[in-house]
Amino acid sequence: MEAYISLFIKSVFIENLALSFFLGMCTFIAVSKKISTAMGLGIAVMIVQAITVPANNLVYHAVLKENALAAIGIQGVDLSFLALLSCIGMIAALVQILEMILDKFFPALYHALGVFLPLITVNCAILGGSLFMIERDYNFGESVTYGVGSGLGWALAITVMAGVREKLKYSDIPAGLQGLGITFITAGLMSLGFMAFSGIQL
Amino acid sequence: MSAVLDKVGLDSETQKVVTTPLVENNPITLQVLGICSALAVTSKMSTSLIMALALTLVTAFSSAAISAIRNHIPGSIRIIVQMTIIASLVIVVDQILKAFAFDVSKQLSVFVGLIITNCIVMGRAEGYAMKNPPLESFWDGIGNGMGYSLILVTVAFFREILGAGKLLGFEVLKLTKDGGWYDPNGLMLLPPSAFFIIGLIIWGVRQWKPNQRETVDYKIMSIAHGEGGHH
Repeated sequence: MEAYISLFIKSVFIENLALSFFLGMCTFIAVSKKISTAMGLGIAVMIVQAITVPANNLVYHAVLKENALAAIGIQGVDLSFLALLSCIGMIAALVQILEMILDKFFPALYHALGVFLPLITVNCAILGGSLFMIERDYNFGESVTYGVGSGLGWALAITVMAGVREKLKYSDIPAGLQGLGITFITAGLMSLGFMAFSGIQL
Repeated sequence: MSAVLDKVGLDSETQKVVTTPLVENNPITLQVLGICSALAVTSKMSTSLIMALALTLVTAFSSAAISAIRNHIPGSIRIIVQMTIIASLVIVVDQILKAFAFDVSKQLSVFVGLIITNCIVMGRAEGYAMKNPPLESFWDGIGNGMGYSLILVTVAFFREILGAGKLLGFEVLKLTKDGGWYDPNGLMLLPPSAFFIIGLIIWGVRQWKPNQRETVDYKIMSIAHGEGGHH
């Protein structure tokens, strides 16, 4: 249990996808102008991450891993090079299915999150999460923890960023630094702040 | 720059396609595309050069391939077709790196795979290759890949030389711990420095090219001239 809590804390704060691995930067910068939109996107990323990482974990361990097909009598096959293709296909398919389910059963939620879902397929944070899961060889339990944790970390980062930017728009910034430039510097300062967590050991 | 391109035998139209993404319309500083996956590999010049090369090649060849079949792709499934082509090319790059440069491939870890979701590749496929013939799309891919590489390598240059006193692994500034004079700045090897450097590059480019500046939402008024405030 302790290992899971430790992994969760690590994936939310210390190895924050946005601030220490630069994942999902395009959307992180582009959609962080208002807190409400940022939070919506953050929640959508968290949900998708919590579903896709475990799903990719199952596919990887059941089909792609070296000798995984031995269960159905095919020996010595290593399909792990297909992981990239299968991950991205899985993500695209799951996002599409999630969109349909939300549309059918939770229309209110669909209206709040629907616009973000297509953006999420090409969000590096989602693919990055699945690829990290494969690289670090997580088991199913760990992959669920990692999926929820890393999604939450990303959501937290973008919401805080939006909060800072909402205040920033009233400040007097040099013309060339206006907009994109100051946003990057702010992200750097936030990244410094999140690094303070790196001493934490459970 | 244009003299070199003349030698390669490109006409002026193609030259423009290749050179405008470098500064005028840089995918990173102006279009905010493709910063995602790549900054993490900029702590060293060698990894970022490999990454830049990989991304440029993937962008160029995927644009050419997508453009070649652009009239046969049904509109409703075009994203998934583009994605498959890009992913296949990335798998090829990944396997080549694993076979011939295993150390670098280990250092790049998941970031080669993340070229798939790099917005530049998708952006050029969707924005340019779907409307233009293959050869032009190829050069457009090269140009945008190079615009991206320029930023990536610049960031890596500053991070490596200030953080470790080295360039491409060779010692340039002699470190104090080896009896030299340079005290390395450890922050440069950590993630925040990449954000700062990109921010400063954007500032520099926009100071140089004022037409790239963003409009201000709220203008600060000066009270001294009696414009601001409601007394």
